[in-house]
Amino acid sequence: MLGRTLREVSAALKQGQVTPTELCQRCLSLIKKTKFLNAYITVSEEVALKQAEESEKRYKKGHSLGDLDGIPVAVKDNFSTAGIETTCASNMLKGYVPPYNATVVQKLLDQGALLMGKTNLDEFAMGSGSTDGIFGPVKNPWSYSKQYREKRKQKSHGKNEDSHWLITGGSSGGSAAAVSAFTCFAALGSDTGGSTRNPAAHCGVVGLKPSYGLVSRHGLIPLVNSMDVPGILTRCVDDAAIVLGILAGHDPKDSTTIQDPVKPFTLPSLTDMSKLCIGIPKEYLTPELSSEVQSLWSKAANLFESEGAKVIEVSLPHTSYSIVCYHVLCTSEVASNMARFDGLEYGHRCDIDVSTEAMYAATRREGFNDVVRGRILSGNFFLLKENYENYFVKAQKVRRLIARDFVNVFNSGVDVLLTPTTLSEAVPHTEFIREDNRTRSAQDDLFTQAVNMAGLPAVSVPMALSSQGLPIGLQFIGRAFCDQQLLTVAKWFEKQVQFPVIQLQELMDDCSSVFENEKLASVSLK
Amino acid sequence: MATPVLRWCCPGRRWVFAGIGGVSRHGRGVPTGSTSSGKRGQSSVAQQPLITAQKPRKGEREWAAVVGLEIHAQIASNSKLFSGSQVDFAAPPNSLVSFFDASLPGTLPVLNRRCVEAAVMTGLALDCHINRRSLFDRKHYFYADLPAGYQITQQRLPIAVNGSLAYSVCVGKRRSQMVTRTARVKQIQLEQDSGKSLHDSLRSQTLIDLNRAGVGLLEVVLEPDMSCGEEAAAAVRELQLILQALGTSQANMAEGQLRVDANISVHNPGEPLGIRTEVKNLNSARFLAKAIDYEIQRQINELENGGKILNETRSFDYKLGCTVPMRDKEGKQDYRLMPEPNLPPLLLYDSGSLPPGTDPQQVINIDQLREQLPELPRVTREKLVQQYGMLPEHSFALLNEVGLLEFFQNVIKETRAEPKKVTSWVLNTFLGFLKQQNLAVSESPVTPSALAELLDLLDRKAISSSAAKQVFQELWRSKGKTPAQIVAEKQLELMQDAEALEQLCCSTLEAHPQVVTDVKKGNPRAINKLIGLVRRATLGRADPTVIKEVLERQLSS
Repeated sequence: MLGRTLREVSAALKQGQVTPTELCQRCLSLIKKTKFLNAYITVSEEVALKQAEESEKRYKKGHSLGDLDGIPVAVKDNFSTAGIETTCASNMLKGYVPPYNATVVQKLLDQGALLMGKTNLDEFAMGSGSTDGIFGPVKNPWSYSKQYREKRKQKSHGKNEDSHWLITGGSSGGSAAAVSAFTCFAALGSDTGGSTRNPAAHCGVVGLKPSYGLVSRHGLIPLVNSMDVPGILTRCVDDAAIVLGILAGHDPKDSTTIQDPVKPFTLPSLTDMSKLCIGIPKEYLTPELSSEVQSLWSKAANLFESEGAKVIEVSLPHTSYSIVCYHVLCTSEVASNMARFDGLEYGHRCDIDVSTEAMYAATRREGFNDVVRGRILSGNFFLLKENYENYFVKAQKVRRLIARDFVNVFNSGVDVLLTPTTLSEAVPHTEFIREDNRTRSAQDDLFTQAVNMAGLPAVSVPMALSSQGLPIGLQFIGRAFCDQQLLTVAKWFEKQVQFPVIQLQELMDDCSSVFENEKLASVSLK
Repeated sequence: MATPVLRWCCPGRRWVFAGIGGVSRHGRGVPTGSTSSGKRGQSSVAQQPLITAQKPRKGEREWAAVVGLEIHAQIASNSKLFSGSQVDFAAPPNSLVSFFDASLPGTLPVLNRRCVEAAVMTGLALDCHINRRSLFDRKHYFYADLPAGYQITQQRLPIAVNGSLAYSVCVGKRRSQMVTRTARVKQIQLEQDSGKSLHDSLRSQTLIDLNRAGVGLLEVVLEPDMSCGEEAAAAVRELQLILQALGTSQANMAEGQLRVDANISVHNPGEPLGIRTEVKNLNSARFLAKAIDYEIQRQINELENGGKILNETRSFDYKLGCTVPMRDKEGKQDYRLMPEPNLPPLLLYDSGSLPPGTDPQQVINIDQLREQLPELPRVTREKLVQQYGMLPEHSFALLNEVGLLEFFQNVIKETRAEPKKVTSWVLNTFLGFLKQQNLAVSESPVTPSALAELLDLLDRKAISSSAAKQVFQELWRSKGKTPAQIVAEKQLELMQDAEALEQLCCSTLEAHPQVVTDVKKGNPRAINKLIGLVRRATLGRADPTVIKEVLERQLSS
């Protein structure tokens, strides 16, 4: 039952094949079994069971609230949840219990969804590995899949298997792992430079970054306000569309959401491929791109072409400036957004009370990790009066050029762009931490970041397994607010590639052995 | 008149000060030397320029002062600029704080329409250009009562620019002449107010009240077009009246709804402007003028003694009557301004540019607001002068006191007395009584109808003007009585019975033959004695001119 898609399990609930409480309990027990993945920071067991009970009553009366009623979901721990601790995986917010729900959380709850818990991330979503939070790194469920283990057995010779666990990507790695390991049917992530799509690709799930302004950010603890978008992680494109249909629309509490009413997101089947034009941005063919990803990308392009779509090479000439431009804009907004964490109104406060200034300094030093502090420092540097024109204003101009690249391409008749999501498949943690957070983020966001600069919708769809038995995803980028068209294409592609289901049976049957090996990593778990 | 708290004369567009240079100047002006009191010191400064401007003596330098103002007016609105929290000056601490006001992570600003309208109306009233597109910025600084670590303001592209504020000051020897001056309005920007910090030095604690955090402010920036404390105070007063007329701010300085920062510099005429200091948080018109005049003189003294002016922020110590550097504003402040990413550009429309089919609730139409503008104080005053033949300074006086104009108009409506009479009674007698007892117009024990009735009695000569004063006093003391009642009780009505008066006069003449003889001998003062005697006999109820007529007739017959 847990292996099903949201749509399937929703149908099962409606037909009475399973009750919300049963579903909830199964997910909870799987969450416990897979605790070593470190996907969840907080498991809201009581809340979920209570919600399940209420959902069950509704089903009994035949008054289900809709597709999400009784469906277990998870939420990244940078969305405010009323009465449930929201930490951003930071000491700064450890113990912080928001008094309100993020709009997206509220919308899920209003539909009867069951909130299983809050998922792990990089501290304040700053990272691309889900390795840099105070609760420790998230482990990629594929590390324990039959597919990957068998391939590894062929190569490794008696080495310790578990030291080679893979990262999930990030920063929404907890949400991706939660969906991938069947502990929920959909999860919310956030996406500022690729934080939803990147872990989706690494964990073999669908990761959707909606158009900027389509989904409310109210209650999402910001990284970069002008680029942040709540992301959706599901096991298939249709599920993502269902969730998007619920989340999308104007929110009076977020002035950057669109005013126009949003139509429901039902995805038609693509029939006439000849009307579809797929663009392949040539700048995305970088030397760092792994040959495996590259060949899958070509294969996908060929697939579209062979089915009658027009596939053309396009140019996004300013792509290469994206990383440095993002760095300036991101750190500047981070410096600003993090200014509120001063230990006064909420969150961590140090013991020093010599002066307000001393209290600020110590609180912020204790509360933030090096990555956050580093970004605050650089951001403040870029915002200094003498630097503002040379850095921030220039970066804004470059951002506009990057966005215009996309507009030009779409104006030339391209419907959807097809690109890789990541350079390669997920790497082992040991390898990942050889580089620092900044270098990693710069590399890993290469294909995803420009989309955020332009506010476009994009979705990562798992395509196939690598030679190592690990998922590889490709990214589709659509026109602004043409999320439905984008998902329609993604759905067609998903159907063609028939990505294999993760085989975690072994893990689920025998996780006790895994636990023993993972003691250290789970110490910090709550 | 216009600004009763101001005492000093401003002779010209720029103050020109005398300066001899060196130590000999010490005693003058500010209370640095033996001249002691600040008031006297400043007064002497103010008188100086006329003399020296005409006859520069050897070694003297002239000084001109330049004053610009940043005025923060709290917008009169039910809720805050970016949140739904109520605005109430008197609420218990931290009782009006939304999640956004406390800067809980994840909260976003939502612009209050009423605040935008207030800014547009104020901009229109000050002849500003209203920007059809304006932007919000974040201005960063760490302070305990600024929960987000930044203030949302409009630094780069504010809602209104390039306006002007006309205000009047008294000039001339007797300060009876009103002269209109203009200060250019550089810009009006919408911004958030901060919370309040309360320092408990005993327990070395700082207490924070966030009720005010996020309240909408209009920052009105006046170009450095003023040259002394009086001008600045008059400009602020006029702005205050305009805001109150518009209803965009209650602009009560005592409640902190209007706060002023002054930028002040001095220079020698013809030379570039000097380095300026900023005197912050001037919360009363009186201290505003005092602080500016003090700071001007301090800078002159500093420069004449070979010192330098630092570009610094100072505050006014109202107990000591001087400005002092603000310690927590030391060092270079870099506010690291950046665009507020959570608020799209603020777009305003006029009837021409309004996109068809738009929901009027979603947009703001400048033309519509222009039509709704109430009468501005300047126009009200002009009308008073025209309609009632009032002196300009009287029109200022009527507007300067809250509710006084309305009181005046209500009296006018109900009385047959001449407007000049009413003006005189309202401004002299009525206002005098209020001031003496430190009351507001609304607290007056005398109603407009009562005064109108009193003036009617006076107008139809039912009572004498001295009796009228008595009645007024009585009205003030004993609430609820009508003037007629008081007149009756105290028997203050003038004698209307001509025959009785004739008889009184007659018997007085008979009783004082000596005085009559004096009159007949041609002693001009003697008749006055007779008049006085008759008045006494009537208990002061007869009109002296009537008595005189009767007496003269009887004497000549």
